[in-house]
Amino acid sequence: MANLDLARLQFAITTIYHFFFVPLTLGLSILVALMQTQYYRTGDETYKRMTKFWGKLFLINFAMGVVTGIVQEFQFGMNWSEYSRFVGDIFGAPLAVEALMAFFIESTFLGVWLFGWDRLPKRAHLASIWLVAIASNLSALWILIANSFMQEPVGFVLRNGRAEMTDFLALVTNPHVLVQYPHVFFSGITTAAFFVLGISAWHLLRKSSNIEVFRRSANWATVYAVVGVVMVIMVGHTQAQHMVQAQPMKMAAAEALWDSEDPASMSLFTVGDEPGRRDVFSIRIPGLLSFLAYNRFEGEVKGINDLQAEYEETYGPGDYVPPIALNYWSFRLMVGAGFLMLFLALYGLYTAIQKKTENAPRFLRLLPFAIFLPYLANITGWLLTELGRQPWIVFGLQRVEDAVSPNVSAETVLLSLVGFTLLYGVLMIADIYLLAKFARDDSSVSAEPDEAQPAPAASF
Amino acid sequence: MDLNTLWFILIAVLFIGYFFLEGFDYGVGILLPFLGKNDEERRIVINTIGPFWDGNEVWLLTAGGAMFAAFPQMYATIFSGFYLALFLMLVTLILRGVAFEFRSKDKRPGWRNTWDWMIFLGSAVPGLLWGVALSNLARGVAIDANMHYVGTFWDLLSPYSLLSGVASLIAFTLHGALFLSLKTEGEMAERAHRTASRLWLPAVVIILVFVVASYGSTDIFQRLGVNPGIAPLGALAALLSIGYFIRERRHGWAFVASGANLALSVLTIFSGLYPRLVISNLNPEWNLTIYNASSSEYTLQVMSLVALIFVPIVLAYQAWSYWVFRKRISRSDLEY
Repeated sequence: MANLDLARLQFAITTIYHFFFVPLTLGLSILVALMQTQYYRTGDETYKRMTKFWGKLFLINFAMGVVTGIVQEFQFGMNWSEYSRFVGDIFGAPLAVEALMAFFIESTFLGVWLFGWDRLPKRAHLASIWLVAIASNLSALWILIANSFMQEPVGFVLRNGRAEMTDFLALVTNPHVLVQYPHVFFSGITTAAFFVLGISAWHLLRKSSNIEVFRRSANWATVYAVVGVVMVIMVGHTQAQHMVQAQPMKMAAAEALWDSEDPASMSLFTVGDEPGRRDVFSIRIPGLLSFLAYNRFEGEVKGINDLQAEYEETYGPGDYVPPIALNYWSFRLMVGAGFLMLFLALYGLYTAIQKKTENAPRFLRLLPFAIFLPYLANITGWLLTELGRQPWIVFGLQRVEDAVSPNVSAETVLLSLVGFTLLYGVLMIADIYLLAKFARDDSSVSAEPDEAQPAPAASF
Repeated sequence: MDLNTLWFILIAVLFIGYFFLEGFDYGVGILLPFLGKNDEERRIVINTIGPFWDGNEVWLLTAGGAMFAAFPQMYATIFSGFYLALFLMLVTLILRGVAFEFRSKDKRPGWRNTWDWMIFLGSAVPGLLWGVALSNLARGVAIDANMHYVGTFWDLLSPYSLLSGVASLIAFTLHGALFLSLKTEGEMAERAHRTASRLWLPAVVIILVFVVASYGSTDIFQRLGVNPGIAPLGALAALLSIGYFIRERRHGWAFVASGANLALSVLTIFSGLYPRLVISNLNPEWNLTIYNASSSEYTLQVMSLVALIFVPIVLAYQAWSYWVFRKRISRSDLEY
């Protein structure tokens, strides 16, 4: 394999892996902060136990997100030096702002929160977890501002052989990030909700000690899930409409729509012949894709063949078609997981209102498995975002093959690829082992008040 | 002063902050297996840097981000050029960060022992590599006309750069021992004191040998001439005074002196580089400088505004967090 393919594979593996931890950090930080706020307001020990129980899982997950994030920041220079030279004037800025404005707060105040339980006034300690939550989500915003430039370049001019920034405000208010950020934000909420719901359900089924912690957690998570999933779907719809305008090829690939249609039908299930660019077998709903794109059952959605011809005219000869099958199935898995979560969240809300959650063992048994749904949706969502942009690294400006480091040999990239993959594999095992261990462990929420124990921290 | 110079200074400041702060937590990590005789003592050692290490590491990430934003050519050249060294640093830093969070979350001695050695590796390897990296920057590397590094990984590992690596390693270890003597109590503080006083003389010798070698290997020191100026002389004075303060058992001053030694050493190297960022040992015309490697004027303006607002805020709340956790660590304070 050439160093280009290896560098791409390494980016895919390390990014997917990093994004495995990030959404839970985003959503759970807010949820833990809300729990502690409730403890602060009511003084109810149950809320404190909830904060500590979920806080511990949050910390284990957070550490993995942080350390894998360092690779992300370094990797652009290591494997994609020509990309870094070409867009550094624009792309470096949000990364630096992220570190200065958000990441410093996150890491400093996480330490303050973890070590400050008995050393800070309650109000200051509560403020520290809120700072962690706000800064984490602010971090994500700056990273997505950077990513949005790759999807939809704005606020720049081509000068001195590179893209130079001309309008920072345009970069920050990129129409792409305005739809992408809410989608990621609510994905985080959804991920945290199903994480908490799944683990709480497991405890409710086993009638663990101090069941009230998990009863309340499940109720909170249900509301959180409904808000998260409904919003993520609504924003996702807006995002798709924006995609039709800004990156029509991504939409066409996600739909395996070979030729433009008006009104455009939506594929439910297609087996395609990718090199031949035709359907082998397809079930389609007429007009639905037009509805997705324009909120009405008519309107042209451009197909792959027409866009290819259009791009050849604009950018010169070349292959402008992203990998269709991967995009098509990523999109379907993401949307499928999303609607499954919507159904589960609404059913959960129904049982919670009826106060029957604990008497619905079949539903409760299902929920721990549902933890995988948001992860599936997060990963396939990213795959679609990045693969649908191919062959571009910066849409319309730079192709992936022109972005790779020319002076790094394939052997070198292979070495780091194997190294990171092995390391990440081992760490994943350790991480899941610890998460499972502490998710099952209800001793930390046992009924004795913490104050009676001389060294509560020994449980850490 | 133009904005390119301002950003050169800012990146130097970020590296000084990183070496000063992460310097002692690398040192603590290096000393962990040797100073902690049993599990509880090891936990005390780790918890001295518990609330801080993550915030300290962000100095490095910010320095990387600032380089990317202000001098993207430098970022691209160094990161692709020093590929394997950075890969090694990333792997060990990942293991280290995870180890802090994971090691005390399971009681099995094998589990804890493994992660303790990961903390050691994750502190010692970057501690060594930073010395190697800085000496290569000071001496110059094989940069071609297109700003690409054309040497190999092994070219970065000369006897001179390895000497520099050992010098930074021992300087960090000494810095960490002094920090431990400030942050622990009783027998542990005494042990840290003894370690620091044993490390000091070898540190002085190695660093001085490195300085002498630098006169032969780099033009930075040659340019300094017979009167090298405040920064290198200050670094030397600080280094020598550490021994005095240790003997007088004034550990606070010894720690300050050790920090001053690190900060002024980094400052010496950066002021010797200026206005160059990466020296080409193939052709001086191929050097990366703060002008040919920089972002556009507009980007530098925007970033200056951001930095001038946020760097003081960061300094303020990080200082506050050190104030909150200023107490010495005892066995009742263990979170990790």
